Amino acid sequence: MKRNIPLILAFVSGLIVIFSEFIPHRPFSSIVDSLQEWFMIISGFAMLLGVMSLLRMNAAKVSTRSPDWQYHLIGIISFGLMVLMGALWGMEEQAGILGQGASISAWLGKKPFDYTYTHVFVPLSATLFSLLAFFIASAAYRAFIIRTLESNLLMIAAVIVILGRTGFGTMLTGWLPESYRFWHLPNLADYIMQYPNTAAQRAIMISAALGVIGSGLRIILGIERSYLGGDK
Amino acid sequence: MPDLMNTIGIWLAAFFTFCIFSFLYRDNPFYKLAEQIFVGLSAGYGLIYVVYSTIVPNLFAKLSQDFSGNLILLIPFALGLMMLTRIYPKTQWISRYPISIVIGTSAAISVMRSLKTDLLLQVGATIINPFQGSTASEISGNLLVIIGTLCGVYFFYFSKKQEGLAKIPSKIGVYFLMVSFGATFGYTVMARISLLIGRLEFLLKDWLHIIN
Amino acid sequence: MSVNTSSHTERRIVFLIIFLAVMVPLIFPIGWGSEVSPIARMSYDLIDETPAGKYGLISFDYEASTITELQPMAVAQIEHAWSKGQKIIATALWPQGPQMAEASFAEAKRNPAYADKEYGVDYVNLGYKVGGIVTLQAMGSSIRDVYPKDSSGKNWDDLPMLKGIRTLKDLAWVSSLSSGVPGLKEWVMIAHDVHNVPVTGGTTAVSAPGFLPYVNDQKQLHGLLGGLKAASEYEMLIDKKGPATTKMDAQSVAHIVILLLITLGNITAFRRKRAKANLTGGQNA
Repeated sequence: MKRNIPLILAFVSGLIVIFSEFIPHRPFSSIVDSLQEWFMIISGFAMLLGVMSLLRMNAAKVSTRSPDWQYHLIGIISFGLMVLMGALWGMEEQAGILGQGASISAWLGKKPFDYTYTHVFVPLSATLFSLLAFFIASAAYRAFIIRTLESNLLMIAAVIVILGRTGFGTMLTGWLPESYRFWHLPNLADYIMQYPNTAAQRAIMISAALGVIGSGLRIILGIERSYLGGDK
Repeated sequence: MPDLMNTIGIWLAAFFTFCIFSFLYRDNPFYKLAEQIFVGLSAGYGLIYVVYSTIVPNLFAKLSQDFSGNLILLIPFALGLMMLTRIYPKTQWISRYPISIVIGTSAAISVMRSLKTDLLLQVGATIINPFQGSTASEISGNLLVIIGTLCGVYFFYFSKKQEGLAKIPSKIGVYFLMVSFGATFGYTVMARISLLIGRLEFLLKDWLHIIN
Repeated sequence: MSVNTSSHTERRIVFLIIFLAVMVPLIFPIGWGSEVSPIARMSYDLIDETPAGKYGLISFDYEASTITELQPMAVAQIEHAWSKGQKIIATALWPQGPQMAEASFAEAKRNPAYADKEYGVDYVNLGYKVGGIVTLQAMGSSIRDVYPKDSSGKNWDDLPMLKGIRTLKDLAWVSSLSSGVPGLKEWVMIAHDVHNVPVTGGTTAVSAPGFLPYVNDQKQLHGLLGGLKAASEYEMLIDKKGPATTKMDAQSVAHIVILLLITLGNITAFRRKRAKANLTGGQNA
């Protein structure tokens, strides 16, 4: 009951979607339309579940006073504040429980939710990811070492692309006469991207597609059951 | 007042930017603080947007406008609530019902879409006349696409051990993959540097007003 | 202990170098030129050749972390489409997408030529929906059912420009500015491969190489904008010295520094290897 009905549901919903591809008429088309709308709503709740799970994990760390629990408490407070601001006054043009919050928006210049988003969330998010620039520079120095023919190929392609996608690369070989335009760095970079890179990426794509199709069919047929969780 | 608050906002943004950058020296309380604020705000942002953009307009608004006409929506509503039971181990099994519908639907859509987009059309895009190009570089490029795709796919065929002559196409496939990974590394450098440029531009332009 | 310390110091020196390599050209621009790649031009041509009055859809499938690369593309495409008299529908498969769309429209309207563009008449921001590919599949049957309201809570019927729009097939082009999944790939799968709507898009440079197989004879993708460089190329095509163009000098210098670091790293590794070989040879003798 606890396992078989979900397996039947996955089988039936999968089968309806596949049938509707080949028979795009009623009743399949209308069932699929409803299924897709349900999917969106259930996915919305799934996101709520994700947030609840995160909160629960952080709350557990705070309650057990695990290392750095104070920071997790700050995380929970930040979450609460963001939700409160969004719920009370909404965001952008969207009204909240207390309406548009005209007076507080006039004071802040924006709604509190948008103010926090612009001045706290955006810089945090963008800076966190910008750290990767430093790490890739460090990796380039420490790990990008030529050892074999394969690593040579990798290095040559990387160097041409790194140079070819900049103004410096354009300037470096810009003087080449028209008959040698192929060797102009931006053109070489385009050639690598358009042909050998496309070939390799297409091979990965085709192989991955075979994998997706295989695992998708295993799920629909009930062979793959790991998404159901434990045995009980 | 809004001007002052905007200035405070910019200083706040600069403060958090430096909090994150401080990690480059070593892990420290400022970084940890900023990191957890980011996690909290991110979750709060996601929650508010899901509620306002999907759950309210696609469920509650429709139910409140025409309850009897949208009775069918009570099913996904119930399934959504069942999804939340996953939070407690004892009630976890209830969430299997909505999960199975979501997984079944998305698996079938992925199968159909991947079959066409990533398999059939990609095979079709490889079955080309290599000599249709007008220049030597186009013809050589077309040949590279055909050889590289075939050898690359062959490399990913793990069901039989590749030995002797059978190893050659696999080796060629690896060479193509290496060129592609090199190009991807080049593009990754580009992407990462762009992100840093964005942050430094903020500091130099919006915060310090050094550049226009 | 000492090895660790020197390794840390080495790392910090590399960090400092890259920091300066980006910062200095931002303060003192060099003005290196650039060329437009055929793939970026293809993306430009799609919008350029679409007649006035037609509808384009830009999907904002990214978040604040990749704003530097993707926002200039969004602004350039909006300005380009408006200059051609087209109308724009903004959607998002990522939660922060609506804010990105709002900022992009505001930025484009700062250009005096487009200051009079009116919400609901020339553009709309429909907002974010969860569900990724399934949501797009549903938009193939009815966009209105997926988006009964726009991002500000206005009803679909109250937005005059949406009167002629029913499904994805009513769009002249789709552009997904995407920094991951769901994003451009899902748009190719649904909008082009199912409904035959021309799709173009922009991605972060990291994911650009993986999208090139879609730029093929079957036009699964009508060109591609990959990263900040492609954004600057698009700005060049619409004759605009925009935010991407001004950042390209810093990008170029940083690239050169990375190449120097690779060279230096290889020389150091080679020296270490030779010293080790000499030491082993000496011991054997």
